[in-house]
Parts: sequence; structure tokens; C-alpha cells
Amino acid sequence: MNPDLTDSILYLDAVSVSFDGFRALNDLSLVVGRGELRAIIGPNGAGKTTMMDVVTGKTRPDNGTVVFDGSTDLTAMDEAAIAALGIGRKFQKPTVFDGQTVEDNLLLALEGPRSAVSSLFGWRSRVAVEQVLDVLAIVRLGDLRAKLAGSLSHGQKQWLEIGMLLAQNPKLLLVDEPVAGMTDAETEETARLLTSIAGDHAVVVVEHDMSFVRTLNCKVTCLHEGSVLAEGSIDLVSANDRVIDVYLGR
Amino acid sequence: MIAFLFRRFDKTATGFILALALIAVLVPVFNLVVSETSAFHIPNYLVALWGKYLSYALLAVALDLVWGYCGILSLGHGAFFALGGYAMGMYLMRQIGARGVYANPILPDFMVFLNWKELPYTWYFFDHFAYAALMVVLVPSLLALVFGWFAFRSRVTGVYLSIITQSLTYALLLAFFRNDMGFGGNNGLTDFKDIVGASIQSPSTRAALFALTAVFLALGFLVARALVTSRFGQVLAAIRDAESRTRFLGYRVEHYKLLVFVVSAAMAGIAGALYVPQVGIINPSEFAPANSIEAVIWVAVGGRGTLVGAAIGAVLVNFAKTWLTGTSPEFWLYGLGALFILVTLFLPKGIVGALAARFGQRGEGDAA
Repeated sequence: MNPDLTDSILYLDAVSVSFDGFRALNDLSLVVGRGELRAIIGPNGAGKTTMMDVVTGKTRPDNGTVVFDGSTDLTAMDEAAIAALGIGRKFQKPTVFDGQTVEDNLLLALEGPRSAVSSLFGWRSRVAVEQVLDVLAIVRLGDLRAKLAGSLSHGQKQWLEIGMLLAQNPKLLLVDEPVAGMTDAETEETARLLTSIAGDHAVVVVEHDMSFVRTLNCKVTCLHEGSVLAEGSIDLVSANDRVIDVYLGR
Repeated sequence: MIAFLFRRFDKTATGFILALALIAVLVPVFNLVVSETSAFHIPNYLVALWGKYLSYALLAVALDLVWGYCGILSLGHGAFFALGGYAMGMYLMRQIGARGVYANPILPDFMVFLNWKELPYTWYFFDHFAYAALMVVLVPSLLALVFGWFAFRSRVTGVYLSIITQSLTYALLLAFFRNDMGFGGNNGLTDFKDIVGASIQSPSTRAALFALTAVFLALGFLVARALVTSRFGQVLAAIRDAESRTRFLGYRVEHYKLLVFVVSAAMAGIAGALYVPQVGIINPSEFAPANSIEAVIWVAVGGRGTLVGAAIGAVLVNFAKTWLTGTSPEFWLYGLGALFILVTLFLPKGIVGALAARFGQRGEGDAA
């Protein structure tokens, strides 16, 4: 096997997806290393969210391969199976379980058995509650533990969802627009949090906020019309003429 | 197992169980022991009528389990109820034996009438109560399993799922109307005599059936409650509120839906089996889509996602139905429609949901 392939956590090779003739992904190839923090930028319709949909099993690619953890082909698996492998996803619009408390949201996300039968037994073990408390401390929602998730502010929901990702303890986190609607202070906190998570987990962040991407201080990939336009350090990418033309503007 | 059923009990649940225990004892006593001349005597017809309400209440609890807690709006739950009822009816038919009009010891009257010579294989072993009781649970469960397997795996949700559940019960309605299905055609099954050796008409049997229905309602409630307060129930609520998010957390949504749907169908089947001996007949009209929709209204009126509310809603609406169809039958359907609109507009959480909000107790659907 290609050594590059076994070394990477995520490997997309020549992935294409069309919706009614529109090529959302066009021969996209992308490699993310273990523990790497990667930012994905690009104009609307560049295929950023579709790329995440393909990786998490929501959308099946027309062709191409998606290899996770060096050996597992994701293209034939469904969402639950892919999540069980260790891929967590945060959606663009924060999606938490509004009718349940912050703590229960995290308990639901917590790494552990997922089968319907196992769920009939076992509930709130002491270990699980401790793990949840740890996550609450990291995302600073400790005081809101018993609140219904639906009553949280937008920013707090974003954090709760990141907390749910942490509780899931995945090998790869896909984070779609984590700082949309956040204040500057919250944005800064989020950057700090994501940077600290990387290393133990690979993190792929899709974001439009260029100053946020700059704070992440990581490799940047710019997508355009379903394929990679430029890749490298933020300075390199943002100096690229094509990137400036299609995305950043002059 | 007992501890599993009773964990995380609150005041509402305790009150409900105690109330059921109380009426399971008191109604038979006031019917059988208290003299008929006394003002406290409960007449026989009321025992059967309230027994019917309680079996509807069990159906409502079953429906609330899937609708209130997992967002599966089944408009075909009457099908599972009717199948349970038919299984019980088949047992009761075979108990008639040679006492039928045609005095055939094996074949029920309608088969003799249709000139059938042999008992169809579907009727084998239905002379044994244990076998019939098994079928009461098994047939609805299996149907729910097969139906749910295809529907949930194909990710049919929302109004589309409601429509196909409706079609399911309608298809069964048409099938059971046919004489050659071997279930009595449009007349259904009736003229029952005995149940486990006791005369089905006698007041003591009626009282026992009533008490049994109350017991099964309590059991159904306990099972449903244990399910929804477990981690399983937490995942159900997650599916109800954000299905695709739940998938991305790694839960096999279709397995959860299937399990709760099958349990609910089994519960509805038991409700039907308790209903049939008390009303004395089962016919294809029990499969009518309108019945299933009415059950949804009971749950909405009582309070979706509360279990207790579903049971209360079933009793209240049916009580109103008995009363209104007695005094002015032509207004019942208008009344039912108006009730549904009023509840949707003014009591979106139903009676129990509104009471819970008023007295500061969170509805069980909100509680974790």
C-alpha cells in the first residue's frame, strides 16, 4: 500500500459527486494527516460541505475512494457505521437536542456502546458522569449543565456541539463553520480550543472567517468548484492569485 | 426486572398506578358485592363499557410510546389492536364448539355456512388459550417488525410514514372483509360463549376481565415508562428531535425505531385482545383508518409524550363519545373534529401537559 496512504487519517482520491448535473465535487483529492489541524476555505458552492457529507456517509460519491485511518473505505458505509469508526461532525447550523439538558446531550454523545439493546440497560455510570464533567469544564458550560439545550444562546450551542464532538472522542473531527455567529472573544476561545484538540485528534475546520483561520495557524486548503485550488500555509494560500480572484477578492 | 420497571418514579406515575389498582379492586366489588338496590351498585353494562375504555387507554399508551417519544406518527395502530383482537376472537370462536347454530364441533358457524369442510391451517391450535395468547403478541409484533424493517431502513419518515401506516390498516381492512381470508368476512367473529372455561356473559367474568384490563394497562404503562426513562428513551427523544444528528453520533436510528415500534405493536395487540371479550365482537371495521386516527386524537387530547395523558385522553374522549352518541349521535363527528382543533390551538401539550406546565412539573417528554 502507498505509504502516504497508511500514514494519513483521511485520504480522498479523485472523488466526484454530482447533483442533477451540478458537479459539487470534481475529482477532489485531499490528504489529512493524523492529529493534523486543517482549515478548508473556499467560496460558496466550492464543495466544502459536500466533502464532509461524503466523508460522514451522508452522500455517496459517484466515483473515487475515501479511505479512513489508512485502510477503511468509507464509501460503502452509512452514517452510524462511520461515526462508530471514530469520525465526529459538527454541523454548520448548531444541531443539539433542544429538549434535553446540556449534560444529557453530552451523555448521548459520549463514546460507548450505541446499540438499541445495550441502551436499555446502563445509564449514567459514575465514570460517564465524570467524563461529561471533564468535557463541560473544557467547553466552559459547567454552570449550564442542567439547562435545556434549547435555552442556550447560539454561541453556547456551538460550544455544546463541540463538546459533544469531544465526548465522542473521535479520531477525526469535521467542524463546519464553528465560529459563525460568535463574538470575537468566543471566536478566540474556539480557536484556542480547536488548536488544543489537534494532536490527539485530527481536526478539519471549514470556515469563512479568515482572521479565525489565521489564528488556527495551520495548513489551509482552498476549494473551488469541487476541487483543490491551492494548499499550504495561510500566507501562501492567501497570496495565490487564483484564490484572491475566486474567493478573497482584491 | 421489578426494579427496572419502577425506577425513576414520580408522583404522577405513582398516582396513576395506585388509581388503576384501586379501580381494579373497587369496580368489581361495587359490581358484584354491593346489592343491586344500593345507590353504589355499578351495573354490569358499565363494567364492560369501562373495560372497553381501559383497553383503548392501553392502545393510547402504545401509540404515545412511538408518537410522543420517538416522533413516529402511526395512523395505523388500530391494525395491531385489531390483529390482537382477532387472535383472541379466534380462540373464543373455537371455545364455542358444538354450541354453535350448526353444532359443528370443530368449524365455526361461518365456515359451515360457507360450506367449508376443513379448518384452515391459520385456525390450528387456536383452541388452546396459551397459543392464542402467544399469537395476540406475536402477530402484531411480526407485522410491525416486517413493516418497520422496510419503512425505517428506507428512512421513510414524517407524513410519508403516516400515510403508509394508514395504507397498512386500510389494506388489512379490505383483506379481512373477504370471506376467503377465513376470518369471518364482514361479519367478523362473534357469539362468544366461554373464556378459559368461564361464561363470557357472567358478571364475575366481566368483572375479572375489567380488573385484568386495568392490570394490563398498569403493566403497559410501567413498561413504556421504563423504556422512555432509560438511556434508550433518551436516544428515542434525540431521534424525535434531530434524527440525522443522532445518526452522526453513531446511533442506528432504524434499530431504535424498530424496537420501540414492535414493543408498541405488541402492546396494542394485547389491548385488542382485552377489548374483544368485553365488547363481544371483532370485525373488519376495527381496521378502519378512522379508528387509528381517533386513537391519535385521544393521545393529543390527553397529552402527547406523557403516557398518563394518553390513557386519560382515551378514557375522556371515549366517555364523551358514549355520552354524545347517546344523546345526539349526528353531532359526535363534529364534536370530535372540534375537540381536535381546540386542543391543537389551546392545549398543544394536551390536558396533562397543560396541567404539568401549570403546576410546575415538567412533562415527562421534557424530562431526561
